Amino acid sequence: MSADFLYDPNFLPWLIPVGPLLGFLIIVLATNRSRWVPATNRHEYGGHHPAYDGMSVPVVAPASRVLSVIVGLGGVTFAFVISLLVVLRVSQVDFVFGEHVFGSTAEWMSTGITNFNMGVMVDPLTTIMLIMVPLAVVCIFIYSIGYMAHDPRQARFFAMISLFAGAMLTLVVANNLLLLFIGWEIMGLCSYLLIGFWFEKEVAYKAAVKAFMTTRVADVIMLLGIAYLYSITGTLNFRDILYNTEVLETLANTPAILIGGMSASGLIGIFLITGTIGKSAQFPLHVWLPDAMEGPTPVSAMIHAAAMVSAGVYAILRMYPLLEAGSHPHAGEFNSPLLLMAIVGGFTALFSATIAVAQNDVKKVLAFSTISQLGFMMAALGIGAYIAAAFHLITHAFFKALLFMASGSVIHAMEHGEHHTHEHAHGEHDDEDEDDHAHDHAAEAHHDGHAEHHEEHHDEAHSAPHFDPQDMLNMGGLNKRIPVTFYTFVIGGLSLAGFPLLTAGFWSKDEILADAWLGTTEGFGPHAFVFLMLAIAAFLTAFYTARQLCLTFLGEPRSEAAKHAGLGGPTNIVSITMQLPLIILAVFAIVAGFVGVPPDFPIFGAIFSPEHNNFKHFVNEALPPAIQAGAPAFNWFPVGISFLVALGGLGLGYLMYGRKPLKAGEADPLVKMLGPMHNVLKNRYYFDELYEIIFVKPAQATARVVSEFVDRGIIDGTLHTIAFVFRWTGDLLKMLNLWLIDGFGDGVPRLIGWTGLQIRRIQTGRVQQYLLLVAAAAVIIGLAFVVSAGAAAN
Amino acid sequence: MQLDIFGINPLTVLIFAPALGGLLVLGLPNNKTIVRWASLIVSVGIAVLAALVFFTYDRDLAGYQFVTDSQWFPPINARWTLGVDGISIAMVLLTGILVPLSVLISWEIEDRAKGHLALILFFETGLMGVFVAQDLMIFFLFYEISLVPIYFLIKEWGGANRQYASTKFFIYSIGGTLGMLLATQLIGLTAGTFNIETLTNPATGWPGFNPEGGVFLGADIHTVKTLAFIGFFVAFCIKVPVWPFHTWLPDAHSEAPTAGSMLLAGVMLKLGAYGFIRLVIPLFPDVWVSEVTVLGAFTVDWASIFAFLAVLGVILGALAAYGQNDLKRLVAYSSVNHMGFVALGIAVYAAVYGRMVVTGGDGGMMQDAIIAGNGAVLQMFNHGLSSAGMFLLAGAIYHKTHTRDLRQYGGLWVKAPVYGAVFIFTSMASLGLPGLNGFVSEFLVVRGSWPVFTALTAISMVGLLFTGSYILKGIRALLHGPFNLHWRDYHLEIERARVRSDRSSHRADVVYRNRPELDPTGNQ
Repeated sequence: MSADFLYDPNFLPWLIPVGPLLGFLIIVLATNRSRWVPATNRHEYGGHHPAYDGMSVPVVAPASRVLSVIVGLGGVTFAFVISLLVVLRVSQVDFVFGEHVFGSTAEWMSTGITNFNMGVMVDPLTTIMLIMVPLAVVCIFIYSIGYMAHDPRQARFFAMISLFAGAMLTLVVANNLLLLFIGWEIMGLCSYLLIGFWFEKEVAYKAAVKAFMTTRVADVIMLLGIAYLYSITGTLNFRDILYNTEVLETLANTPAILIGGMSASGLIGIFLITGTIGKSAQFPLHVWLPDAMEGPTPVSAMIHAAAMVSAGVYAILRMYPLLEAGSHPHAGEFNSPLLLMAIVGGFTALFSATIAVAQNDVKKVLAFSTISQLGFMMAALGIGAYIAAAFHLITHAFFKALLFMASGSVIHAMEHGEHHTHEHAHGEHDDEDEDDHAHDHAAEAHHDGHAEHHEEHHDEAHSAPHFDPQDMLNMGGLNKRIPVTFYTFVIGGLSLAGFPLLTAGFWSKDEILADAWLGTTEGFGPHAFVFLMLAIAAFLTAFYTARQLCLTFLGEPRSEAAKHAGLGGPTNIVSITMQLPLIILAVFAIVAGFVGVPPDFPIFGAIFSPEHNNFKHFVNEALPPAIQAGAPAFNWFPVGISFLVALGGLGLGYLMYGRKPLKAGEADPLVKMLGPMHNVLKNRYYFDELYEIIFVKPAQATARVVSEFVDRGIIDGTLHTIAFVFRWTGDLLKMLNLWLIDGFGDGVPRLIGWTGLQIRRIQTGRVQQYLLLVAAAAVIIGLAFVVSAGAAAN
Repeated sequence: MQLDIFGINPLTVLIFAPALGGLLVLGLPNNKTIVRWASLIVSVGIAVLAALVFFTYDRDLAGYQFVTDSQWFPPINARWTLGVDGISIAMVLLTGILVPLSVLISWEIEDRAKGHLALILFFETGLMGVFVAQDLMIFFLFYEISLVPIYFLIKEWGGANRQYASTKFFIYSIGGTLGMLLATQLIGLTAGTFNIETLTNPATGWPGFNPEGGVFLGADIHTVKTLAFIGFFVAFCIKVPVWPFHTWLPDAHSEAPTAGSMLLAGVMLKLGAYGFIRLVIPLFPDVWVSEVTVLGAFTVDWASIFAFLAVLGVILGALAAYGQNDLKRLVAYSSVNHMGFVALGIAVYAAVYGRMVVTGGDGGMMQDAIIAGNGAVLQMFNHGLSSAGMFLLAGAIYHKTHTRDLRQYGGLWVKAPVYGAVFIFTSMASLGLPGLNGFVSEFLVVRGSWPVFTALTAISMVGLLFTGSYILKGIRALLHGPFNLHWRDYHLEIERARVRSDRSSHRADVVYRNRPELDPTGNQ
């Protein structure tokens, strides 16, 4: 029984997020131990600590570094193994919609009349995510070992990405929208912490805040959608909502609250899609993602490939039956959520592809390319191309993770080269910088009096003009310096560009275009719009990819750093851990496409899809039969367009940048071609500046007004006025007391006192005087008596 | 359920034990170590009893438990009636948890430590009394008693502006309860009893009170009830605080000593919300849903007015917090923001319960009201924990740096990695990050209020957005950015050694500040 239990796919998914989450806890509570050593801005601190005047800073202890890496890697490996088990078990089942949904629930909270249950669920959509996410995450973890090997906070880094991975896996296996949202938001926190990982840098913490706040705009709206859905259906369980056509129909027929002319499912759909627009960085909430490049590169891979932005699209895929309720995109009937997705996705795909063309930062190009590719998926979902979107999500994750990590490898090599150049200029070639324990060296150096040397070192670094290791104009000729990175980068780039037939990107992108074309031929407007936008965007994608590859790797080195770039030799631990994942992902960037080849595609269909399109056949059963995709006949036109845009874009890029590579100091030919437009693109259509003016500044001003004017001015002013009136009244009464009442009250005793004082003068104590007074009195009384008696007698 | 201690009802013990403990502390010799440990032991004992009561409480039974009832003041028929239900029990536990923690943070108090600690314990008596009282007079009595110790805590141990803050706090609170006192007398006079359970019965209690001809004391009974309602309403609005009755809060909270801020934000604000749930909703169901004309133009019911003020509190509280440059004021304003959600949940409950009593049906919204009400109570508990945690952390950093100005911090995470991590964790709980406590309660309130006050709920999301802004502003100013070298020789990290060898701490602080290399903790 126990063995069965362990292999039971109903319970196994519970264990998937446990590994990374436990890893997070163990690292935070136990293995993250630091030692305090004098700060330097040497390479091993990533150059991110300012000098700090010799002040001690915490640096992760060597044993703690190793332990934390082991714990973090162990956690995700556990998740990977369990996921694999689940996938193996599940893939033996021939899914039919509504049957064989694995999972189990546990009671979480009583809400009065009903209970809220939390649980896990595995259906075809979850399964494909369980193939992609753990694999990419494990690759990212291996890569981080090398990439972060010199960072003083590597243990913290592993704790954070473990939590990130745990949150993503929670989101994937969740069986209800609330648990999905929990994973979603924890990822938001992790991305905030990781983008701001080098929190001393102004750009880094600003980017972190921007990422958190921009996505939060969307998240609070998504929260409303969740609350709305919950209040109508009384549940958030996917199986009860999405696998229940009656509920979906009811939702589609209920008029929306507050907003007329819309169905409840439509309004909920728009709320949920808004969440994805934030998370997957779609226009107009795309601004956070390029800035998120300030985080360490493995984070970029995590955010842009395996986890966060994929989560946005995954959530839409998950909720798709709800969003689609009441419309039939395949028959040309669109409801508002679908239209929103088609328009936003199509526009974003093209819009950010144009920006990517003019970027010089190797990671920024990839960032905008990510936004653009996510736009492809959104647009595909908007026209009902569910399978194509899911397919593109998976292939994109592989090749984009590959590209990010390869670009990180390039940056690392450049930093190494820059460091090398720097050391060389000082006539002391120091290979120790590759040592895992280099911070020990720094600490020792401090103690044996080499401190002065290091001080000098800082000053030098500060006075030197800032060198940007991410600027592609500083690169060139790296193909000879880092060949493994070069080849894998090329594979990833070709996949992104959709290089025909061989790469995964071609098959998934082609499927989107094929679906869009099918609708276009039937005269559906949204399909035509999406086809047009995506075709142009795909062309630009191929172009900027070629530009990036040529600028980075071809020609002669355009800086000293590029001349000396490297990862420290093939046997170095950094070199191995950073390049092994590239190779693994490069394999997937090619083969992942072959699971979804259309069966009637010439030659390839016969080889890879003899019976049916494997991917489509499998994932289709996550949808109710009514909205499952049909099997459109093979059409040469969209395939021809795919060929044309991919090869055309790559060719044009090669012609401009590859045939005659840029020399050092030479301007980018695009600058001349595009003229002032280039500046606009380079500055991302000035959206950051615009948002600063229309959102950020007014918000800050309002905050000041509320705290200073409303609270201190109006409310406290009123209170103070009341207090003043009372005090004034009190003072008035007090004055009255003093003058009138006290005047009278005090006057009487004072008069008595005064009288007494006067009378006291006669109280001298001498008997003769008293007798005299008595005699005088007797005379006066006698006289008075006589006078009055006389008067009476008269 | 027998939890009696020497034959005395546990709730009575919960009320009197802190006060007796306070007297004991006052009677001890003037030795800081002794008084600190004595008050810690007393408060921990009370916490254990509170936890016992909490866990012994039978959730499956309706009505009050651990009830005791004895004669107290026969001429007006006020009785010593105590009892707890699910709402009070959560607050009792919260009080039990927070008082030992505030005693612990009071280790930092060197000046007249004895008086400080005794006042904390007296304060606990007032708080416990309110939460377990089932008699309106007892409730009122403890409601007022609780003001006194905290007034002196602010006035004697507070920050630079403590005189203004404590006076404002005291007068505002006392002034607010005048109407409540009158209303209490009115209700007691007409009903002949102060028993809350009897009074709140919708049919026979005060809500069902209807004199002949609908005229009472020469006025329409509805007017009388509305006036009584306003008396309670204003008193509790000040305490919660509901916008615009909140301006005492930032002053009092930021000037109070750390322990005072913790208990103010953690427990005292809940007195107001608890008062709404325990008294105002059940006593005035018909008033909540009766229409009033505002500004001569709008006709709305009281529940909607309350919901509107709650949402204003959520939004303007968050904005005001975002506009602060003082760490404690920022945290103080976060209470206005978070208690706004409590108020919103209460408004939903009041609206639905009122409709149910008046019309006999709930309009299909009972489930929403239950969820919103549960959310409000849970939010009270959660906010108690997270805001007390935030004040503790703010107080801890103030203790080390002697400034609360956010602009003077910067990059402190470099030197205080553990403190920084705890700060971020607590901030995230306060922000309502899903996975931590605040989210559950906020979600329940939003879920419950959406069908009842749809537009207001949607607008309150603006406040939730700005919650993120001010939390991130706090983290950013305190922890992020290049390290401010002004603090290079300061101890900023949480240290175990400091708590243990407390007696030498002040001296040690000075020594290590000047000679960091001597620090035995090895942090320099």
